[in-house]
Amino acid sequence: MSNLAGAPGSDGTTDPEPIGERKKSEALYFAKRNPKLLIGAGVVLLFFLIGMIGPLFVDHGPNVYIGPQMQPPSAEYWLGTTTFGQDIWAQFVYGVRSTFLIGFLGGGIAFLIGTAIGFVAGYKGGVVDEILNMLTNVVLVLPALVVLIVAVAYLDVRGLFVQALFIGLTSWPWAARAVRSQALSLATRDYVDLARLSGRRTGKIILTEVAPNMSSYLVMSFILLFGGAVLIAAGLDFIGLGPSDGVSLGLMLQNAFQWSALHLGMWWWFIPPGFGITAIVSSMYILNVGLDEIFNPKLREL
Amino acid sequence: MWRYMGRKLGIYAITFVIAVTINWMIPRFMPGDPVRSMLNRASVSDPEALERMTNYYNEVFGLETPLHQQYFSFWSGLFRGELGISSMQYPEPVLDIILRAVPYTLGLLLPAIILSWILGNHFGAFAARSKGLDNSLLPFSYILTATPYMWLALLMAWAVGVVGGFLPTSGGYSLALMPAFSWEFILSALTHWVLPFLSLFIVALGGWAIGMRNMIIYELEADYSNYLQALGAPRRLIRRYAFRNAMLPQITGLAVQLGTVIAGALLTEIVFNYPGLGSLILRALNNNDYFVLQGTFLFVIIGVLIANFIIDIIYVLVDPRTRVQMTGGAS
Amino acid sequence: MTLRVKDLKVYYQTLRGDVHALDGVNFELADGEIMGLAGESGCGKSTLGKSLIRLDSRMRHVDGTIELDGENVPIADDRGMNRFRYHEISLIPQYAMSALNPTRKIGRMINELLQSRGVKPSEVAEELKRRLELVGLDPDVLNRFPIELSGGMKQRVVMVMATLLNPSVLIADEATSALDVSTQRSVVESMVEFRDRGFVKSMIFVTHDISLVYQMADTVMVMYAGRIAEKAPASTIINSPQHPYTKMLIGALPEVGSTVETRLEGIPGTPPGLLKPPTGCRFKARCPIASEECSQVPPLVEIEPGHWAACWKTGR
Repeated sequence: MSNLAGAPGSDGTTDPEPIGERKKSEALYFAKRNPKLLIGAGVVLLFFLIGMIGPLFVDHGPNVYIGPQMQPPSAEYWLGTTTFGQDIWAQFVYGVRSTFLIGFLGGGIAFLIGTAIGFVAGYKGGVVDEILNMLTNVVLVLPALVVLIVAVAYLDVRGLFVQALFIGLTSWPWAARAVRSQALSLATRDYVDLARLSGRRTGKIILTEVAPNMSSYLVMSFILLFGGAVLIAAGLDFIGLGPSDGVSLGLMLQNAFQWSALHLGMWWWFIPPGFGITAIVSSMYILNVGLDEIFNPKLREL
Repeated sequence: MWRYMGRKLGIYAITFVIAVTINWMIPRFMPGDPVRSMLNRASVSDPEALERMTNYYNEVFGLETPLHQQYFSFWSGLFRGELGISSMQYPEPVLDIILRAVPYTLGLLLPAIILSWILGNHFGAFAARSKGLDNSLLPFSYILTATPYMWLALLMAWAVGVVGGFLPTSGGYSLALMPAFSWEFILSALTHWVLPFLSLFIVALGGWAIGMRNMIIYELEADYSNYLQALGAPRRLIRRYAFRNAMLPQITGLAVQLGTVIAGALLTEIVFNYPGLGSLILRALNNNDYFVLQGTFLFVIIGVLIANFIIDIIYVLVDPRTRVQMTGGAS
Repeated sequence: MTLRVKDLKVYYQTLRGDVHALDGVNFELADGEIMGLAGESGCGKSTLGKSLIRLDSRMRHVDGTIELDGENVPIADDRGMNRFRYHEISLIPQYAMSALNPTRKIGRMINELLQSRGVKPSEVAEELKRRLELVGLDPDVLNRFPIELSGGMKQRVVMVMATLLNPSVLIADEATSALDVSTQRSVVESMVEFRDRGFVKSMIFVTHDISLVYQMADTVMVMYAGRIAEKAPASTIINSPQHPYTKMLIGALPEVGSTVETRLEGIPGTPPGLLKPPTGCRFKARCPIASEECSQVPPLVEIEPGHWAACWKTGR
């Protein structure tokens, strides 16, 4: 009975739209009516544009001492200045840019490792699965930030890419777990069996048969990893283990804290960077819920 | 049951070995002479002290001996409880410094984790009651989980502490006091505890609420819920079952989220200058005291492993399915 | 007369419009009757089973009435239905294997369900044990968790639980599909025995397995594309079906134990989509004897006592 809903017949009275086409238009229909998706995507896009275009309109570097010191927000300095006379708006737009960068890189690396391990474990099964599962569990138990602190502390030169790499190396396990269980259920389907019987290579089968069938799921995993990477990076920056020569929202928080913006009452120094992180990550998450509701019809109605 | 526990213990043992190995490896495989670079950064001015420290560290690292010997002596030192001597508070043993900080971190973490878990679960179950509640509470929960721990801590310290002036925002107790079992000290410690606790608690709350909400919706869709509805059972009964069943995966979630909450506690401590492991890490970093850093790392790992094991035991006791399977009662 | 369904229309709401899953269903179910409900998947038989006890959120009652023992059954009114559920109309679901709360001991769950339905568990405790023994279960299963029971045992527990309050109508929705053949047989035998002992007055047994229906059912009703094609005593359906669709179904039946699913290839064409169902007789596109009059909807008429068919070609 499950295929009852609107199953088209061959009698010519129902339009012979292909199934994939219909699924797409249905997803689009719900997407346009899903406030979570629209609001989430809107905010993400707004910040993305701030990060991409904003720096083009700032004619000085983010760390240049250009203005008067400790100025509250004004027409000239939209978000005020630091104790040293740095323009906080300039730092903010550059910081948003590097937040997206670390999210894409760190989240991306974690995503690649996690999905690769998850797919291979779920698809291959047996001993390979046992070993990869063990590895996943071990890394899962290790608290990422603490491992990162120790590892990064010994590095003399720290950059955004190294940070992203380290974050990626420590935050993949739950994605691997989730992908594994999904791949496990897909690996037993007929068409995968067929591909396997016809002697195609494992990697090829995973890429062409298994992965496309969970693409929405993969997108959602990536978004969660993105958010996680941004938060961890902010934590590292705040401890003072951020990029040595860059600017990021986490570093702004660290500077504000270190130079006691708190006690000097310079709220314009520490509120914007934290707000930026919260807004970007939470709207990503809410966008994710919207996607989930679209691809998982059960969630549409409570 | 014993097999399951043995398996879990095996994974924890492997994790511990790997963590210790990482700890041992990092200073040795980073470019340069670890002792030299450490002491350079530690910027000790007294030449006599410098020489004493150089000798001491050379001996501890034993860089002349073969690698495997270095590795084994590292382990044997560990089992004797030797984590080295701090360089920033030379010659105090690292172990003592850490043990002094641990109670503060635990005092912050345990109540925050347990209370946020309990409240978050109820909050999430409440949100799953109706579409309207869900649409307003869920985004709110997501905003909470997306909030960097240190930012909420900064906001609270600023709003309640600096602007409002209601509570102290720095330290674990009043500087005028010495740690002692007196009412005065306990009261002071409590007022210093409130803000870090609250800020940690609030951020952690969101995650649990989201988890519970998702689990309970899943349970309300489950076959047994459908069947009870078909037999006319009231919503109250069905919700009670769903809540209870949704609670079980949330216990496992506790183990998974532990790392994040610990990270949050460390960051929160830094903001409030709370004398726990977080502030210790920051101090060690600023003074390049790698022994303290590595010792803290080991302590956190051990704590996480113990907590994981406790959660495993609780899960087995609470979920009749695993319990039954383990006692071999299944047909 | 136990159950009388008149012109029942239940639609599924989808984005692309209503799916006419039940489009004017008429039938009667007598006291003590076990009726097999058969048809290809998608014909509306499960929808009919659900409609009698609880509409899910996508289902909408459009038209028609249901009467049980002379009383109107308000299927569109979720609250009003509660009075009937379990007490008068009960269900053995398709998913009987997972119908029990996995974290409650079975006895405790049954007691909590009874209490919530205004029945004192102590009043039926003895009867519960007696019936469990009747289906070959040790009453000790009440102290166990569902996971400790085999599939067949769970099935029987659900059966005893569903019929504990002696309902007028029991709907068994593909209740035996998940079981192996020998367990299937014993469950089916217990069902007949429950009817004989008066634990349930009458029963609707939804299945795609006609041979199973033949073993236990008094009557068989065949559905096609949201409507009744034919209803008659089981032996009549098997030996002298009148509706061309039933004829093809039975004619394509190779041997005992086969199912509609495997036989489908024997009938050319597929059932029409129910989103925009064809006008007139819905079977006409596949029917070998269709003619002009089939562009009108054939009424369900009693062609001989106890034998109804909806076809212009059957005797009227």
